[in-house]
Amino acid sequence: MDGEELTAQETALYDRQIRVWGADAQRRLSKAHVLVYGMKGTIAEFCKNIVLAGVGSLTLIDDRMVTEEVLSSNFLIPPDENVYSGKTIAQLCCNSLKDFNPMVRVSVEKGDLSSFDVEFFSKFDVVVVSCCSLSAKKLANAKCRKASKRVAFYAVDCRDSSGEIFVDLQDYKYSKKKMEETIECHLNYPSFEDALSVPWRALHRRMSKLYFAMRVIEKFEDIEGRSAGEVSNADLSNVLKLKRELCTSQSLNESHVPDTLLERLVTDTTEFPPVCAVIGGILGQEVIKAISGKGDPLKNFFYFDASDGKGVIEDISDSNAGK
Amino acid sequence: MASSSSSPIKDAKVLMVGAGGIGCELLKTLALSGFSDIHIIDMDTIEVSNLNRQFLFRQSHVGQSKAKVARDAVLKFRPHINITSYHANVKGPDFNVDFFKQFNVVLNGLDNLDARRHVNRLCLAADVPLVESGTTGFLGQVTVHVKGRTECYECQPKPAPKTYPVCTITSTPSKFVHCIVWAKDLLFSKLFGDKNQDNDLNVRSSDAASSSKNVDDIFEHSKDEDITQYGRKIFDHVFGYNIELALSNEETWKNRNRPKPIYSKDVLSDELAKQNGNLDNDNASGDGLSVSAMASLGMKNPQDIWSLKENSRILLEALRLFFTKREKEIGNLSFDKDDQLAVEFVTAAANIRAASFGIPLHSLFEAKGIAGNIVHAVATTNAVIAGLIVIEAIKVLKNDIKSYRMTYCLEHPSRNMLLMPVEPFEPNKSCYVCSESPILLEINTNRSKLKDVVEKIIKAKLGMSLPLIMNASNLLYEAGDIEDDMVAIYNANLEKVLAELPSPVTGGTMLTVEDFQQELKCNINIKHREEFDEEKEPDGMVLSGWTQPVSAAENEDKSVSNGANTSDNNDEIGIVSPLKKRKLPDDSDKSNTTDDARHNKQLQVIDDEDDLVMLDGDLDGFKKRRVS
Repeated sequence: MDGEELTAQETALYDRQIRVWGADAQRRLSKAHVLVYGMKGTIAEFCKNIVLAGVGSLTLIDDRMVTEEVLSSNFLIPPDENVYSGKTIAQLCCNSLKDFNPMVRVSVEKGDLSSFDVEFFSKFDVVVVSCCSLSAKKLANAKCRKASKRVAFYAVDCRDSSGEIFVDLQDYKYSKKKMEETIECHLNYPSFEDALSVPWRALHRRMSKLYFAMRVIEKFEDIEGRSAGEVSNADLSNVLKLKRELCTSQSLNESHVPDTLLERLVTDTTEFPPVCAVIGGILGQEVIKAISGKGDPLKNFFYFDASDGKGVIEDISDSNAGK
Repeated sequence: MASSSSSPIKDAKVLMVGAGGIGCELLKTLALSGFSDIHIIDMDTIEVSNLNRQFLFRQSHVGQSKAKVARDAVLKFRPHINITSYHANVKGPDFNVDFFKQFNVVLNGLDNLDARRHVNRLCLAADVPLVESGTTGFLGQVTVHVKGRTECYECQPKPAPKTYPVCTITSTPSKFVHCIVWAKDLLFSKLFGDKNQDNDLNVRSSDAASSSKNVDDIFEHSKDEDITQYGRKIFDHVFGYNIELALSNEETWKNRNRPKPIYSKDVLSDELAKQNGNLDNDNASGDGLSVSAMASLGMKNPQDIWSLKENSRILLEALRLFFTKREKEIGNLSFDKDDQLAVEFVTAAANIRAASFGIPLHSLFEAKGIAGNIVHAVATTNAVIAGLIVIEAIKVLKNDIKSYRMTYCLEHPSRNMLLMPVEPFEPNKSCYVCSESPILLEINTNRSKLKDVVEKIIKAKLGMSLPLIMNASNLLYEAGDIEDDMVAIYNANLEKVLAELPSPVTGGTMLTVEDFQQELKCNINIKHREEFDEEKEPDGMVLSGWTQPVSAAENEDKSVSNGANTSDNNDEIGIVSPLKKRKLPDDSDKSNTTDDARHNKQLQVIDDEDDLVMLDGDLDGFKKRRVS
């Protein structure tokens, strides 16, 4: 990092967090460019966190118009029709986020995730996608991997009272403090596609049940041509049927994917605000770690379920398959 | 669980205490989750250093009430809910048991032990469930306290503020923090604080008595004494002469590195005169807190580590500015982390002392953090913790007792978990706060005065603020709003030794102590004892049967703490104690426990690096509950 110093204004504003991650990390943050796609409640939480942290810029994409559901978990949009009519969700969120920290450039881009090319993704250091289909996630992840420099990729999905984060930092080097000394570490991440191709029977036996449940629903939406979250109780029997097929083909005991869990995720697809806060907070922390190159990042899936209160990291990659 | 229309949430009336880092996140998440009757108390006003995480506040709000601004900000995205704000201290008389009784649950986002204990007692008295929380850096925790069901906030001991032996501070510092404590609590207080206060600056191993008179004269600044001369005299005395004196005691340095005396002439040579010539026409204005030695010396970056010479210049310049620009305050100053000139003085003094003792020097930014006990804080941890608080609050409202959890937010995963839920513990049967178990006080009833019991035990240890003391049916003392003639009687009682009170307190007496505001009542059995060990029992009395703070003192010696970090932080958590180990019960799903032998144990030792920090110290709790 070059020796550019933080301004007095930055030092005063960021005092408490510089005490957590150091001035050099704060400088790196202030030069980082972050892209988010899909402004649901979890992403609104995430955006708030990294704008407060002081990233260089944040670009928002969400061309949808405001609906009741959007309002229910997104505190960035004032529930006043006079304010929100005629504006996209991204535009509305952008206006609110600018207020949080005048030192961060917040802007809006338009378009569908699949329409952006490698060059577009190369402009960012971090790309976070949500509310998108299995194929859209795979495609965006693959494009980030083709960029000339490393683009950290995150995919988020929250349903009912649980949520999932996927992380791909590719070939990632970082430092961490061990006792008194700083040690250099290295991690190799699989792409979303490669992680998903790890056979289920190769995963360790205490694997989060949410991992399997999310894959079943994601697959169901993909086969049916639905957009993310577009399922209801009426789909339950077909989702359970798909679960049995997948378990059979993957040689996994069906008890690892309880019907009750799938029922919960299919029935209520709206986000639960406390879970948005938890997932958005963990995601913010991870992005800050990845940008600053400090501290162990999570590899490569994270699950939180309010029903048992556990926040679990699962490493699902080839090298780990035998565990 | 997700439905925001479910009535336990919508109908609930909740009280939030604290509108800071956790509070802002919590108020937002409560509003989004469908809570529609929220009361929020906070006595603080908004500061610039809050804005990096307390996202409901803007630059333009600096100086305004946190509770009120937070309310207004949330009403912008949830206009139809009721939020009532109180810009007030939760310990105030309006927030009594009747006030607490109107709520279904109380949610704490506080920054100090004192207020946490107070709210705990009111919740117990009002029989209202409490969800308690705290964060520091990437670490945080949420706990649930329901009277009779789970332990109360005070069932487990809390770590006491870190303290250091006096001799480490005055004679043998080995860490930078020792130099900071010396600079802040000894040198700064000596020069700028209350002259009548005890000060250990001159207490040394051997010949303190003979030199003390002489020494006091040195610190006295006479009106006509040139301030530069005075500054160099102080400098040479504390960094030169005192070190020489300490070196003469060979015994001390047998197994230690010998410090090197530093004199101002060696560091600054003759350039000082020239420098001070320029300073006379500096443009620092006279308005208190804006005066800065860094500014008048043209130094900008608080992250820089100054050389010994730069530290010396800052020290002398800060001293000069105190005596020229802030003369009126001298004698009444106490260290304040928001006082730039005080921070500059303490940083420079600590660094010069550190140089003398071969301890690495630190930047002003770092020194300020240590001297001000500044708690590290980031938005993300607060957001996560606030989410977890709401999840527990909803369980409490649904009376879903089996699902209550205490949750730890960790920096390094443990058994793959970053968020680790643990079943809440049962009430501690010997907790003097939530059970009615009596406590035992050993005391010399022929020597100790009632005043000693009130100050050292009832206020300092039991945390009561307005106590009433009874011996059987005889009232011995009452604090608070009482009639003048009674005040005289009580004041007279305070000065009496216990055995000579109107109704004598002797071995075997049971005292009843009550605090009406906290609705806390406890019985103290008195046991007479003649002698107490001055070193180990400095109070001259011993209290047992209460939950004692976990002492973080380095030894049993008389000790100095680094400031009052239970009360003056403006961040989220007051009490943090780094621990090398802790034990958590394994809550793993038994039917799935096959992969690792360790998982079959009831408990697992998490032996992480020493940066693993336990919040609000449940250490003893984990120890006690250890199952083999």
